[in-house]
Amino acid sequence: MAAVSSDNRGLRLAIRYLVLCLVALVFLFPLVFMLVSSLKPDAQLLRDTGSLRAFLPVGDISLDNYRDAFARAPIGRFVLNSIIVTVITVTLSLIFCSLAAFSFVFLQWWGRAALLAVVVSTLIIPFETIAIPLLLIVSKLPWVGFEGYEVGWLNTYRVQIIPWIADALTIFLFVQYFKDLPRELIEAARVEGASWGQIYWRIVIPLSGPVIATGAILKTLKMYNEQYLWPLITVQSEAYRPVMVGLGYFFQLNIAWGEVMAYLSLITVPVIVFYLILQRAFIASIASTGVKG
Amino acid sequence: MTSKLTTSNRAGWSFVLPGFGLIAIFIILPFFFAFYLSLTDQRLVSPNPTKWVGLENYRDLLDVRIITLAPERDDTGAIVRNESGAIEYPRVRTVTRNPETPQYRGMREWFSWQFGDNLKVVIARDVVFMRALVNTFLFVLFVAPIQAGLALCLALLINQRLRGINAFRAIYFMPVVISIVVVSLLWRFIYDGNDGLLNEILSWLTFGAWEPIDWLGRTDTALPSIMAMSIWQAVGFHMVIWLAGLQTISPTLYEAAKIEGASKWQTFRYITWPGLRNTAILILIVITMQAFAVFAQIDVMTNGGPLDSTQTLVFQTVERGYGKQDISGGSTISVILFVIVLSISLIQSWLTREKR
Amino acid sequence: MKLRTGTLIAALLSSTGFASMAAAQTEVSMWYHGAGNRGEAETLDRIVTDFNASQGDWNVVVESFPQDSYNDSVVAAALAGDLPCIIDVDGPVMPNWAWSGYLQPLPFGEDRVSEFLPGTKGVWNGEFYSIGLWDAAVAVFARQSDLDEWGVRTPTLDEPWTREEFMGALDAAKASGKYEYAFDPGMAWTGEWYPYAFSPLLQSFGGDIVDRETYMSAEGVLNGEAALDFGEWWQSLFSEGYAPGTSQDPADRDSGFNEGKYAFQWNGNWAAAATLEAVEDVVFLPAPDFGNGGVIGAASWQFGISSTCEHPEGAAAWIEFALQDEYLAAFSTTTGLIPATAGAAAITDTYSDGGPLEVFFSLSEEQALVRPISPGYVVAAKVFEKALADIANGADVQDTLDAAVDEIEADIQANQGYGHEG
Repeated sequence: MAAVSSDNRGLRLAIRYLVLCLVALVFLFPLVFMLVSSLKPDAQLLRDTGSLRAFLPVGDISLDNYRDAFARAPIGRFVLNSIIVTVITVTLSLIFCSLAAFSFVFLQWWGRAALLAVVVSTLIIPFETIAIPLLLIVSKLPWVGFEGYEVGWLNTYRVQIIPWIADALTIFLFVQYFKDLPRELIEAARVEGASWGQIYWRIVIPLSGPVIATGAILKTLKMYNEQYLWPLITVQSEAYRPVMVGLGYFFQLNIAWGEVMAYLSLITVPVIVFYLILQRAFIASIASTGVKG
Repeated sequence: MTSKLTTSNRAGWSFVLPGFGLIAIFIILPFFFAFYLSLTDQRLVSPNPTKWVGLENYRDLLDVRIITLAPERDDTGAIVRNESGAIEYPRVRTVTRNPETPQYRGMREWFSWQFGDNLKVVIARDVVFMRALVNTFLFVLFVAPIQAGLALCLALLINQRLRGINAFRAIYFMPVVISIVVVSLLWRFIYDGNDGLLNEILSWLTFGAWEPIDWLGRTDTALPSIMAMSIWQAVGFHMVIWLAGLQTISPTLYEAAKIEGASKWQTFRYITWPGLRNTAILILIVITMQAFAVFAQIDVMTNGGPLDSTQTLVFQTVERGYGKQDISGGSTISVILFVIVLSISLIQSWLTREKR
Repeated sequence: MKLRTGTLIAALLSSTGFASMAAAQTEVSMWYHGAGNRGEAETLDRIVTDFNASQGDWNVVVESFPQDSYNDSVVAAALAGDLPCIIDVDGPVMPNWAWSGYLQPLPFGEDRVSEFLPGTKGVWNGEFYSIGLWDAAVAVFARQSDLDEWGVRTPTLDEPWTREEFMGALDAAKASGKYEYAFDPGMAWTGEWYPYAFSPLLQSFGGDIVDRETYMSAEGVLNGEAALDFGEWWQSLFSEGYAPGTSQDPADRDSGFNEGKYAFQWNGNWAAAATLEAVEDVVFLPAPDFGNGGVIGAASWQFGISSTCEHPEGAAAWIEFALQDEYLAAFSTTTGLIPATAGAAAITDTYSDGGPLEVFFSLSEEQALVRPISPGYVVAAKVFEKALADIANGADVQDTLDAAVDEIEADIQANQGYGHEG
């Protein structure tokens, strides 16, 4: 009896891994294609696309594409710009949005339901549809900085950061998560005389590991991968250009696909590293939660 | 629920204000601006003064009429038929470009059907918009449920305690890490009609019997191809949200279920699914809205073609607002999109309301 | 290309470095569409560096943009009131920007550039707004050995192929079975390529994108007899399997002819250098005559001065400086484009007498016709592009052209005639 069931277990485990691996292949192949292609000269790259050779680093392999890509565009600058914009925006976004969600879920105040509905409905507005009005607004906005008072936000980091800090998706993410937290904890803390700030910082945030990690991942992807149209119209100076605008440098009339792949591989590395780091934090935070009873 | 302990107008507003203020300035205000533009004839580039035109832009998009075409008759009054026996009708342009019916000028055939001997033709002032509307709905209808379901399956799959599961988590998430623009570029190679990878694989699986399909070049396969790619690309995104929801379910519940000898399905049905309720609402709304906003894939892969089979509303907004410098027309589409999605999400929230 | 990397980094760095060196000079900003194009950046930087060193008043500073999104960047900057002094502008787009008030006329007259190719001069509404250092030309790329084998006459500028001869050549290519497709018009290059490369074919049939007499309508021009004839012919290229359609892989467009996938290719002179290397017996043939003479498009990128420029004299000084034959030749050498003057052509290796690309210079002189000179061109071009893609995909020709006419007219009306009436 015992031998049979352990055999059975072994088989089931093997099937599980098989399923996991098959699914992994489906998700992995473009990434492999991109990395492998970045090592090949254009002619071979294009010849290989129709066969399994597209996924194998075979033939004339070299780092030439990377060298040429660096010569074509200031890649380091673009990546740095994107990282600066992403890190600041994500950090501020997590704070602003979790504060708002905290208030929406745990506090009672006049206008709460209506305001939440308004916030959620802004999810519907695709950015492309408000880009031009927004451009006209930010070009007239005042700013007080180290150089004193000035008007207009074009050609700066702030124009790439501030409009993106608060977004309905992140607020909504926190709202739905907070709803699952036990209310008794908060009410008990109120009875003991804790201020709202203390409850937010001492009770709610420590319980929010998974949602903070999730929000950080999603927002990072948005800021790093999807910032194209907005910087295109608000940032004319190369010194502030982010990675997605930099992609345009590689789309000349005759596209150098090898260099495109090299550039894509280079700009994807920081996101993957970030995700791997965050996933660790994510797992660690789970171990200490188990919040719902 | 209302209790003195949790009531505080001052604290409530002051916690919300930083986030809401930014949304008000950078999303709501520009949207009202766009709404105003939709009531004018504003161009992106023009020295002409802006004129108030009321609802004219809306009429130009939504004007749809039905006309009836009588069959062609020969001298004896008999109905003219072509070789295959189908009735011959006059061209729609004999109506739309007829000086006697100026009200139809500028309209085009959208679709038609036979009614007795006559042909009923639905003509629209903006056929491209109508097709974009239909395609967008199709896209949402297919992508939203499939993507949400697959994402949940994946989340359950990698929520197991197995050695090396973290590696799989990272891998499943990979497509999301790469920007949609980049993914679309890569998939153009895969979908290529002559020597694309997909055709090669299918031909290999069928031992060469497969006839290569020009996936993005045919009106019947272009939109499904883009749907499939979109699902594949974003499923990891929603998997992460499901995963966060799964983490909030206490392990003690699962242990209790195990002790009581609950089956896998029972555990899912009575513990996991109820625990995911708030997450499910979040995902449903987010997926629906993201699907309505489909743009980058279209822009990179098909430009709305072939024959408008992949036109979508947001693609049309951009195409008009920027490409054709018709910022008021583009804004009008975005307002219409907003109204549509808002109605849908109101219905959704009514359907998913907490029943007391 | 790849050997120049080192010098290029230096050149890119210098373009920012020089700005701070010359403090006594007044800064003149300039935008250019060549970001990521190493050869162009190098040549432009050379002109700017030479200019800045040649006098003490002005210091030109370049900001480069990727070509794909350059126009969007300029329009956005204009909306926000943030244009530089010198802007480069694509020839057919110039009237739109001039009409919108982005540009001011050049302070020097057309006589200053009398020896330039006609397509390089941007004139709208009687004013001279922009000048290009080069022009581009399109030709039918073919292999001489194929023509000889199939007994197809080699056309000349004086006697280009007729429609029958052209289709005969395509039939011969198709029958030979040597190629995937007989003809590659370049459907993968969406955007301005369509109106630039294909509207001349329509003109050769006797149609046009808009009525050039009034610029107020396209009725009868884009959907008349000639246009219908063109549309049916255009559709047959795809339905009868002569040419790859809109789903063509861009990589095939770039290298398909060179790799022997296509027998004939409709392509620009910028691609000629690579083809010369890959295909030994390539010949560049003039556009076929479909009834109204062989026609190719004209006008490429040009330089103009923005209306908000505070120092137009400085901007003009740079533009005049750049007009020297030496620089026209330098640009031509790096980009493969046609130098704007015969004098410059003479000092290039490729366009001088007996040079491999000399034929393009005469093509540009003989067959070139500028695209409609109207602020409405930008929108009409997009409409035309969609119509041609739809027809290639099997849409009804008459209905599609009618719809295009309606859309172009609606746009002209919405813009109150783009100033043509008054």
